[in-house]
Amino acid sequence: MKYHTYDAVVVGAGGAGLRAAIELTDVASVAVVTKLYPTRSHTGAAQGGVCAALGNTEEDHWEWHMFDTVKGGDYLVDQDAAEVMCREAIDEIYELEHMGLPFNRTPEGLIDQRRFGGHTRNFGEGPVRRACYAADRTGHMILQTMYQQSVKHDVHFYNEFHVFDLILSEDGRAAGVVAYELATGEIHIFHAKAVLFATGGFGRAFRVTSNAQTLTGDGMAVVYRRGIPLEDMEFYQFHPTGMYKMGILLSEAARGEGAILRNGLGERFMERYAPTLLDLAPRDMVTRAIYQEIREGRGAEGKDYVYLDLRHLGKQVIDEKLPDITDFVRTYFHIDPAKDLVPIQPTAHYAMGGIPTDIDGRVVVDEKNTPLPGLYAAGETACVSVHGANRLGTNSLLDILVFGRRAGAHMAKFVKENDLPPLPKDAGERVQAMLDSLLKANGHESVAKIRTDLQRDMMDLAGVYRTAEGLTKMQGILGELRERYQHIGLQDRGSLFNAELVDAVELGFLLDCSEALVSSALAREESRGGHYREDFPKRDDQRFLSHTLAYKRDNGQIELRYKPVVITRFQPKERKY
Amino acid sequence: MKVKLRIKRFNPQKDRKPYWQEFEVEAEKTDRVLDALHQIRWYQDGTLGFRRSCAHGICGSDAMLINGKNRLACKALFADLGDYVTVEPLRGLPVLKDLIVDMEPFFAAYRAVKPYLINNDQPPLKERLQSPEERARFDDTTKCILCAACTTSCPSFWVNRDYLGPAAIVNAHRFIFDSRDQAAEERLDILASRDGVWRCRTIFNCTDACPRGIQVTKAIEEVKRAIMYAKV
Repeated sequence: MKYHTYDAVVVGAGGAGLRAAIELTDVASVAVVTKLYPTRSHTGAAQGGVCAALGNTEEDHWEWHMFDTVKGGDYLVDQDAAEVMCREAIDEIYELEHMGLPFNRTPEGLIDQRRFGGHTRNFGEGPVRRACYAADRTGHMILQTMYQQSVKHDVHFYNEFHVFDLILSEDGRAAGVVAYELATGEIHIFHAKAVLFATGGFGRAFRVTSNAQTLTGDGMAVVYRRGIPLEDMEFYQFHPTGMYKMGILLSEAARGEGAILRNGLGERFMERYAPTLLDLAPRDMVTRAIYQEIREGRGAEGKDYVYLDLRHLGKQVIDEKLPDITDFVRTYFHIDPAKDLVPIQPTAHYAMGGIPTDIDGRVVVDEKNTPLPGLYAAGETACVSVHGANRLGTNSLLDILVFGRRAGAHMAKFVKENDLPPLPKDAGERVQAMLDSLLKANGHESVAKIRTDLQRDMMDLAGVYRTAEGLTKMQGILGELRERYQHIGLQDRGSLFNAELVDAVELGFLLDCSEALVSSALAREESRGGHYREDFPKRDDQRFLSHTLAYKRDNGQIELRYKPVVITRFQPKERKY
Repeated sequence: MKVKLRIKRFNPQKDRKPYWQEFEVEAEKTDRVLDALHQIRWYQDGTLGFRRSCAHGICGSDAMLINGKNRLACKALFADLGDYVTVEPLRGLPVLKDLIVDMEPFFAAYRAVKPYLINNDQPPLKERLQSPEERARFDDTTKCILCAACTTSCPSFWVNRDYLGPAAIVNAHRFIFDSRDQAAEERLDILASRDGVWRCRTIFNCTDACPRGIQVTKAIEEVKRAIMYAKV
């Protein structure tokens, strides 16, 4: 085992992790520990834009943005957090521009803005141009800009180091992390005063997903195993427009630019579901509308997909404003979106839930929001909660920037005021034991087969439509998968880039996240945002205007508790578009 | 359909030198080489080493030499490659295991060109202004995903590993021609050095290899001209 000491450790090198590291690195010693190379993170796959009420092309106000965020989240959003995000969005975008991000521009030279789902003027009157963008590769530009700034600030990276455990000191503080070096198989102990998890989501729990192969809920599962709860895990977003069968994202920016969804009969079916916002209704609604069309036999060619129609946008708009998704469609489907209808189906996209934090990124561990000293989380891994029951498009990029920065700033203050906590003697033992056991694993079960079964059943039983029956069945299945997981066999006994071993560990993380999701979803007997219960199709504010906290107890049982939603400006109302 | 993959293997802990190994997998025409590599690792040989992440050509993890050409495994379809495909690690970077190469020399060259906006003026309260035309000037080189397909396809780089290489020049170009940047001269000095742009012999391998369609050779030529005529 090797030992390293820093003021702060940032786990994950996507947008949130790098934004925090940039904030920290001039004032404290920081290590960024990532299982990939920094520019490989999935922030880079975000396409359409990042919202802020700059008002560059038409009137806009952060209060409108906040209202849309709260309503879009079906009133499960913590409004103090949404206020911080939407207010600070404006300066954050200017800051990004100052860092060099190449936004598209208006003829006057301002940052250009475009429409996006659920973002409206004057509290819901109609769509507003709020999304700042760089073609359809806004996430790529943000990730590149963050990495460029990391190079400028000489941020210290540990690339291809996979964090498998969180170290807690005996007095209950975060004391570091345990990482596995992919190139050597060695265990590294990072001893630190403050730890930030910014490890992204867990889309790989589902069969069809827009998420990278590497999005396996690592950070969430690591803290969950250490007794820290996961918040609102039942709220998982299915993006309406994934490429059929592949799940690759086709940005909402396509519809922002005017593309239309059509069913097998050629009808613009969103007219029936959201008469005002039509194709730009929030994602949960559009996704359910697509499922409904398919269920009622109006899928394309009678199958489980519908069409995205971009033909009327013209070649110039398609090539200039949506070049990347055009390239995906040409590469993988061999069709031309300027001439052909594009087959799409909803794709597992984003976890609204995650590690509970306050507005400074501090991880809070109970109903009273008690912080765990030194522990932070930001980005999709975290649940602030600014997305509530359903995230609006573009708000994830905003979330990583605003709360990445805020977490970094708070950590800077924290490490100045606090000493290094004592390192427990057995800090690396749990990981060592896990590795020893995996390197000897010679059972008859295959990691890939268990994962495939998990993904198939999660999609069918805990996906867009849910019932008590299906979720109970899924709980049983998860028990069986867990049992099979005890009997896996691996071929690679080596220490050099042992991807098989990593796959096995990641499957364990996925099982943890899935269990928390299914238990939370079964207990929430209502429909809200991305959580739709066919047996309870209405929202129930009496019983469920509250956040779920799922704890993994030592005996493996999951305990659920609830904490109130923070409501400041906007009282819950019926959600219509 | 059945496809055969001939893969160059090497594990420095076990093998004295690289060797070829063939695998047969069931694949659809629309499947990518990455799908086949997954099938092999998941169901045939768990020791096969390769990197990947996003699996749709955005993250830059899985550049490799496929049928003699640098490509991303996630964007190389069997429909375009046929049913017999050779796969090798990128050339010019040390092989760590199978298809995994040491990326550090590549990123070191990237860092050497100051790949970040330099502007020492006090920023305005809002955004700096930039016209759509000024923005378009460097659009092509903002697409780079640092996959190394260009640099490792360059014969000049193969024979001189100190050459900064196409990717580093592309990323310098992205700032040299950005109207908001003030450090073009510093970067041009770096690129005018012995290991800079003059190593380029205009072979166009880089342009052919780029999975993002960047006109890499053109960008290098623009940098050469900026050095020669001392203006951007």
